[in-house]
Order: sequence, then C-alpha cells, then structure tokens
Amino acid sequence: MLQVTKRPESLLDVKMHYCPGCGHGVAHRLVAEAMDELGIRERTVGVAPVGCAVFADHYFNCDMIQGPHGRGPAIATGIKRSRPGCVVFSYQGDGDLASIGMAETIHSAARSENITIIFINNAIYGMTGGQMAPTTLVGQKATTCPTGRDPRVNGYPIRVCELLAQIEGAKYLERTSVHTAANVLKAKKAVKKAFQCQLEGRGFSLVEIVSTCPTNMGLSPLDACKFVQEKMLPQYPLGVFKDIEGGKHDASRN
Amino acid sequence: MGEKLLMKGNDALAEGAVRAGCRFFAGYPITPQNEVPEYMSWRLPQAGGAFVQAESEVAAINMLYGAAATGTRSMTSSSSPGISLKQEGISYCAGADLPIFFANVVRGGPGLGNIAGAQGDYHQSVRGGGHGDYRTFVMAPNSVEEMGNFPRRCYEVAERYRVPAMILSDGVLGQMMEPLEFKFPEVDPKTLKAPDWALGECRGRKNRLVGSYDLNEGRLEILTVNRAQRYREIEEKEVVFESRQCEDAELVLVAYGVAARAAAAALKLARAEGIKAGLLRPITLWPFPKRQLLELAGRVKGFLVVEMSLGQMVEDVRLATEFRAPVHLHARPSGVTPTGEEILQKIKDVMKAGKGERACCK
Repeated sequence: MLQVTKRPESLLDVKMHYCPGCGHGVAHRLVAEAMDELGIRERTVGVAPVGCAVFADHYFNCDMIQGPHGRGPAIATGIKRSRPGCVVFSYQGDGDLASIGMAETIHSAARSENITIIFINNAIYGMTGGQMAPTTLVGQKATTCPTGRDPRVNGYPIRVCELLAQIEGAKYLERTSVHTAANVLKAKKAVKKAFQCQLEGRGFSLVEIVSTCPTNMGLSPLDACKFVQEKMLPQYPLGVFKDIEGGKHDASRN
Repeated sequence: MGEKLLMKGNDALAEGAVRAGCRFFAGYPITPQNEVPEYMSWRLPQAGGAFVQAESEVAAINMLYGAAATGTRSMTSSSSPGISLKQEGISYCAGADLPIFFANVVRGGPGLGNIAGAQGDYHQSVRGGGHGDYRTFVMAPNSVEEMGNFPRRCYEVAERYRVPAMILSDGVLGQMMEPLEFKFPEVDPKTLKAPDWALGECRGRKNRLVGSYDLNEGRLEILTVNRAQRYREIEEKEVVFESRQCEDAELVLVAYGVAARAAAAALKLARAEGIKAGLLRPITLWPFPKRQLLELAGRVKGFLVVEMSLGQMVEDVRLATEFRAPVHLHARPSGVTPTGEEILQKIKDVMKAGKGERACCK
C-alpha cells in the first residue's frame, strides 16, 4: 500500500492545545517536515516562546528549551555559540518577537547569529486573550484598543521583514502565509531554505508566517483565512526580502 | 597553580572562572565590572570558548540560560543596576534547575547611584532576587585572591545542587590590585562528565526539555518543594565562614567582603588596646553561618555588624542569634568604605553603652 502522508518524525504524537483554525499547528508541521527532510532532527535544539506556542517544547521531537518572553534569540545565541554543531531555531509570536523581544531580534540579526527564527504573525496576542500586538492592523479591534487600532493613539503596525532587511547580518528573510494550501507549500519551502542557510553557515535567517487566530480575531476559521488574504497581506506582502548567498563569517565559532 | 600573580580583582575573577572551566561568557558594559567582559573577550577564544557582548543585561542572562542548558560552564557579570535587569532570567534558570554562575560587582545605589564599592545588594542576593521561591548560592570574597579562587567553588556547588551561584563582590574588590595565587589545578571542561539533562544532540536518546513552567494543578508545588530539599542540604553542608579571635571575645564583629577588611583592621586596633573583640566573616552569605552565630550568642556580650549598606545582613544576624545577645550596627551605605578607626570608635561606644541597640548611620 502506498503511504502518501505520515506524521513527521520531528513532531511528537501528542495532542496539541491549539484552537480550531489556528495556524500554529500547520507551522509546527512545516518546521518538523523541514527537519525530517534535512535529516537534522537529532542535532536540532528549539526554543519555545512565551505565548500560545509556549507548549511547542512538548510537541517537537528534538531537544527543546522554554524561555522568558521575547528572549528566544538570546537563548538561541547561547546554545549555538556553545554547541556550534547543533541546528538552533527560535519559534516566536508577534508580541514576543516584535514587541518585548525586538532588541533581541534586531541584535541577533546584526550579529548574524547562525540561527533560524520562525516568526508567527497573527496580528494579535493569543495566549493573553486578544490584546493589541505590534502587528495589529490599523482599525483592527483588540481588547486593548476596543474601537480599533487608532494610529494617533496606538501608533502603527511594524513590518518585521522590511525592518530586518536593512540589517547587514540578516542573510535570509522571507514572509509567507498558511491561509491557503498553496501558501502552506511555499511556507514549507521557505522554512527549509532558512534551515539550509544555517546549515551552510551563512548566518541569521528568519521566516515570517502570516497566520490566523480565529479565537481572538473573533472570526470563524474560514473568515480568519479571508481576513489574512484581504486585510493582512496588503499590509504584510509575501515574498523573499533577502537571500544572500555565499560563504559567510560563522558567528557561532570564535 | 602555585604561581604568584599581581592582578586586578575583576581580572582575577575572569581568569579564575576560565581556569575553573568557564567556556561561555555574555555581558554588557557597566562600571565597575568592565574588566570582566574585556578580559573574557580575548581570554575565552584563547581557551576555545565563546564570548558575546550582548545588547543588554537582559539578553546576556538569557544567552547564559541557553549556554548553561547545554551543560557548558558559563558566566555573566554585571554591577547593581545590571544585576537587577538580569533577575528575571536568573529566576528562569533557578526554575529550570540550571547551574549558572554570575558575579555582581556592587556599586552604590539605589537607582543609578554611584560607581563606588557598596553592599546594598545583599537582600537581593540572599533572598532570591527575582520572582518566585528560589535560592542562590552566594559567595562574598574579601580579597583579589578569593575573587580568583571562588568561581571554581561556585561551579561545583551550582552543578552539584543545580542552583544559580553568584559572587557578591563590590567596586573596591573589583578595581584593586593584589597578589594572588590560583590554588586549584586548571579544569579542562572536556574532562567533566556531561550532565544527563544537557541539551544538544539527541541521537540515541529521548529528546530533553529545559524549562521552568508547569501548568498542571499542584505539580509546580511538588517541583518547588523537592527543590527546597536541595536548599536544605546546601544549608547543612556548604556554609563557609572565617572566624578570628572569637574564642575569648566579648564583642564579635560580623562583616563580609571588603567591609570585613575594615572590620579586621578595627579588630587589630581593639586588641592592641586590650579590648576583647573577635570577627566572624560569613564567606557564604547564603547559606548563612547561622549555627556558628547562635553558638557565639550564648557566650558573648554582643555583636557589631559592619555593613556598607543601610543594614541588611544585620537582620540575618538577629535571626540567627535569636535575639540572645544585642546586635549593633555600623552602617555606611551608598559607596562609602568604613575605616578601622571609625569602627574602633563604634566598638568603644557599644561597649560603654552596654546593652541596647543603636544604629549609627552618619
């Protein structure tokens, strides 16, 4: 019998806690499939964030560490510099990466740490219950901007890939999404390319995955996908922002 | 080992850590500890380790969290405001049972304060410092030689009990130069047994998790209570102190770190005048030499705590002695080092006044 699909070895056979229609489950699978295909599971160490994906440490079948809010890239730095032979990734949400952890994000890119960041952008705080994120759209409602994000009061959303693109140390940056099957496949390729960037010692790589949070967007799973297509993608255009080839200084080795 | 060297306290601290097997350092500039990261920036690559100048103290402690999770002997250092910033990360390391090592080269506070040596971070160090129920093994050197030799002990205790360990130093000790000898054979970290919790390659074993959370009802309590058993063991086995002329003493000075040097000078002056004084110097501030102080409380007329703070350790002395003898205080907070002469005067005042307590904070 031909087996057409199976659980990736890099994903543990446990029940995930994510809400119906949430993009995290898909993103986890993409990371796991990339690890399987590259044969790196046994030497990968992942960093789980604070936020909905805090439990990612119980889902991936590789060594995992869970750290303080926003500090994933710093933790990943410590691991990579101590164990340069390991593949290290930090999995982070938008509040974690672009708000409290922005300094760590920018400086790990500036140092061109040879790590990979998987950045889930769903424009809202999930775990804490729908507060305004640094990526919440203008006009989008959140529990801390109940009438919608007003730029005069709440400022503007941050475009992470565009911001990091100007940093020399950022070697691979791509924004993808998981709101349609075609985009899921593209996101998978991007994740794999980011890991390859690290395996080749080229330096800092980040894949932004525009994702859904039906629970806190206050939408059905299908409408959340529509929201991504119609509202989020105009603000967060998909594509490769950086893909610097060639031998690079490997910051993980002194 | 065996060689006499002349070094600055901060350099000795860094060199001592490297000789004790440290192979990862992350730090951020702050006076008066800058020599530590500067030294590490060239010394660690030489020893086959890694140095990172972090973007902040917050990032530095989290780099340490990552490095320590791989079982690498690692270190960060800072001074008072920077150590405050590191407390969240230290709490995570305590909750994840990681043996980290860090040093606080204390300066005058609160706030930006000044850059002189001080002891105002005592409570923060011995009471945990960050959020949640945890303890930190705290060693207080009082010489450049101890700055260089204590890192090894910190690593050993941190690893044996899987707790954070720190050196509570100050700007005076960090900046002064003294001869020293490293009194232990250099540790090659490759010869250390890899811990069975360290992250890295999971080939041939189950994947490992390092973290500090447990949302299942009651489970975190069990973890915390079990950890506390190790704290009790540390309190039983790891107390270190120095006792001088306490045998016949009527008044015992209690001081740590650089304040203990001033107290030692006062002790010499007092003895020369025939005053029966002694000195008890806690070297581990947690665990605190409670038993020794209680034993002394039964036979001395009183204690005089000398501190370069408003008076923080004095509370531990009172708790340890169960109020069986009066405990006096000579306090010089916010970056002032007391002299032997002023302490001698305080000794005379205390002995003349007899019982009763009088806090001096001029």
